[in-house]
Amino acid sequence: MIDQAIFRPVVPAAAKRPRLWHWREPSILPGFPLGLGITLLYLSLIVVIPLAALAIRPWELGLSGFWRVLTDERVLRAFRLSFGLSILAALLNAPLGLLIAWSLTRYQFPGRRILDALVDLPFALPTAVAGIALTTIYAPNGPIGALAAKFGIKTAYSPLGIFIALVFIGLPFVVRAIQPVLQEVDREVEEAAQTLGASSFQKAFLVILPAIAPALLSGVSLAFARAVGEYGSVVFIAGNMPFKTEIAPLLIVIKLEQYDYAGAAAVGVGMLLISFAALIVFNAAQILLARKGRA
Amino acid sequence: MDLSLEISGISKSYGRYPALNNVSLQAHDKEFLALLGPSGSGKTTLLRVLAGLEKPDAGEVRFGGEDFLSVPVRQRQVGMVFQHYALFRHMTVAQNIAFGLTVRPRSERPSKSEIADRVADLLSLVQLDDMGKRYPAQLSGGQRQRVALARALAIEPKMLLLDEPFGALDAQVRRELRRWLRELHDRAGVTTVFVTHDQEEALDLADRVAIMRDGQLIQLGAPNEVYENPADPFVYDFLGAACRMPGKVEGGRLTVADWVTKAPKGAPEGPVEVFFRPDEVAFAPADGAGLGAEVKAVAQRGPDVRIECVIEGEVFELEAHGPTLPAGVAPGLSLRVKPMRPRVYPRTTVA
Amino acid sequence: MSSSPGSSSIRMPGIAPLLVFASIAAMVLLVVGPLAIVFTEAFSKGLSRFFLEIREPDAVAAIRLTLLVAAISVPLNAVFGIAAAWTVAKFEFRGKSLLLTIIDLPFSISPVVSGLVWVLLFGAQGWFGEWLIDHDVKIIFATTGLVLATVLVTLPFVARELIPLMQDQGSDEESAAITLGADGFTTFWKITIPNIKWALLYGVLLCNARAMGEFGAVSVVSGHIRGMTTTLPLHVEVLYNDYDFVGAFAAASLLASLGLVTLVVKTALEWRHAGELSATRRH
Repeated sequence: MIDQAIFRPVVPAAAKRPRLWHWREPSILPGFPLGLGITLLYLSLIVVIPLAALAIRPWELGLSGFWRVLTDERVLRAFRLSFGLSILAALLNAPLGLLIAWSLTRYQFPGRRILDALVDLPFALPTAVAGIALTTIYAPNGPIGALAAKFGIKTAYSPLGIFIALVFIGLPFVVRAIQPVLQEVDREVEEAAQTLGASSFQKAFLVILPAIAPALLSGVSLAFARAVGEYGSVVFIAGNMPFKTEIAPLLIVIKLEQYDYAGAAAVGVGMLLISFAALIVFNAAQILLARKGRA
Repeated sequence: MDLSLEISGISKSYGRYPALNNVSLQAHDKEFLALLGPSGSGKTTLLRVLAGLEKPDAGEVRFGGEDFLSVPVRQRQVGMVFQHYALFRHMTVAQNIAFGLTVRPRSERPSKSEIADRVADLLSLVQLDDMGKRYPAQLSGGQRQRVALARALAIEPKMLLLDEPFGALDAQVRRELRRWLRELHDRAGVTTVFVTHDQEEALDLADRVAIMRDGQLIQLGAPNEVYENPADPFVYDFLGAACRMPGKVEGGRLTVADWVTKAPKGAPEGPVEVFFRPDEVAFAPADGAGLGAEVKAVAQRGPDVRIECVIEGEVFELEAHGPTLPAGVAPGLSLRVKPMRPRVYPRTTVA
Repeated sequence: MSSSPGSSSIRMPGIAPLLVFASIAAMVLLVVGPLAIVFTEAFSKGLSRFFLEIREPDAVAAIRLTLLVAAISVPLNAVFGIAAAWTVAKFEFRGKSLLLTIIDLPFSISPVVSGLVWVLLFGAQGWFGEWLIDHDVKIIFATTGLVLATVLVTLPFVARELIPLMQDQGSDEESAAITLGADGFTTFWKITIPNIKWALLYGVLLCNARAMGEFGAVSVVSGHIRGMTTTLPLHVEVLYNDYDFVGAFAAASLLASLGLVTLVVKTALEWRHAGELSATRRH
């Protein structure tokens, strides 16, 4: 029967206090202070404080010193190489990723599931492994490198080699970004387009492509962001010739080896700033595209 | 023991949005009370306050004479049935029902065999005898609903709270479960509060109905009481199909368009809104008493007839049951429509 | 979502095989090729040479160190991921989106920078460098530094899997458990954890793969002291730069196998427990 003992003595209504400003909705679930405490402590120690150290360090050179590091010819060349090739690789990944995602979602063929799983291989393969493997394939005595050399094309130890590595690591971002959207493009909309007399190509370009454009752009921007910072898969195939095939992350390593902490931090901050600026542009474009899609 | 519920002056707001504004009401021991209102009326918030899932900003809840707000949720012994059931998806039906018993402290926990017996009893009570080993994903909506109810009943709740218990079910299942739930309540004898936005459900099922709007309690009463005597135009409109016309009360006479009749008891003097149900009308020939109307269309719907009329330039859809319909009603005919039980509310500003 | 590939909505009989062939060709050339070459090079001098290479003391030390670093980093990030997901998904509070942005931040930072920041803090000329030298504490060029760099790089993995799933699930089940009399601890262990276990495993799997395979960040803090501070990926680099290609690829093949196993388990999780992973992981 009913156990009256569970009732506590009457306490003056705790709920009567007026609430002025409150920063969280009350909840009966426990653990908010503990969860937030762990989260904030951990993020502070692992992310915020170290990044603050990065942001502060270059200023010991003064603004002019900071600027001098970033406008040094060697640094400029490295930035141009890293950002330029990252954009090119992301741009190639757009049609390549679209092709693969399209095949995986729209056609049934033997080995489709295996191919689908293999898309994530560049994620799963440690970057150093990918780096030496790509270098071996594209080196002048490697299976593809030798073939290219016959036509006078230098692949490994050239910007082309870096480009190939960046395409490799960026591909899964694009495929995985558009795959779910491609799967959900409303079949009825497609069929409607068909009944209205659209040809297959018209359907693809006028109906499907606009629908997946925001996702495609988001995949491309992810691939770009990853490529800019990429180190392991690039550093072996690059050849690392100053002014020619030296990527920006490698400059940080070189400056650190010379105990030029402030210079290394300056390059790091510079990379982050350019990356964030690029991502803001990508995001703005994405928002514009999405808005257009809705209108 | 008298487990009556007394809610007084409950207020609750989310940011600037007031969800409950000074709500007071009582429910008797073993009563079946419906909280009825449109979405956003605060009925679910009130239910969650009773369950302890929300803390009110002000007010008091007494249950069985004790201050209920200071009792922690897990000690309130309320059986809550969530709108989407909130069944534990990784547990079988039997494990779901047993959960409230198995999480009791060791000293109060029934033995394994007692729990198993209890679960078996509850399964048969909710007519799911051989479903104990299934998982929630393998059940239909109506079955899930019954599992949620059995799970809530397993802890021998002192109060049963149901949030839109039939909201996610289709009309057929809904009507079947409705009678069944009422019988279950009568057998279990637990004070029950349920939330719904379906006036038919509330009127059909509850001992009393509390009608809410914008976080406020508008009217509380037995189903026929509120249906016969809606407190204001909102309640009248919410409880069923309504026709509304402007009118005037002067010296005990009600004038609506070209129809003059005795004003209903207690009608306010001055400009008024006149309401009547579309199926509570009598039809008379054009030279009789009532509102002058012209028939636009007539449609037979089983035993009922739907008559579209133009009264005072506005289109009204009226309903007549076979025998009350005068012979020969056809499009183009002029006749008189006489509301049998008009209700009169003072005319407010543009409503 | 179960899609139906090959549905009749696309009728391009001539083009379909062409597109599929092009996709397969691109994948083989770009993705499968590197994987294949790792194993062919590793075994190019025979099986016995392969085993000799991976049982060599420096290789064994590198494997041990890699396992140790992952064994510390992954549980740390798993606990963090659960705490962060619980906080973010089950409660409403101000500053939540800023918190989410910070959680995602390590994904948009170059691994080299993720290593650099620790050198700036604990390196010889770092903020705490002098103090550390005075007290004879080594962080950079030591295991601690490797762990810190790995933790930073892999921080978002578990949280990223759990947050969308737990937001999706809401807190109705937890609320129900509490109205039924369960305490917070019981609710967490009996309701929340079982509901997220597959997503947790998925996140831990990805976190572990990245932790064991991380190169750029650990490369910066390691100092490449053979047998001491070289993890397996760094060991690969050292051997490769010494022109010991068979040794490098033997070690690389171990890492590639780790990647393959991760891929297989991950795919299996996606197929079998689709409903219990966050929506973006369902196939």
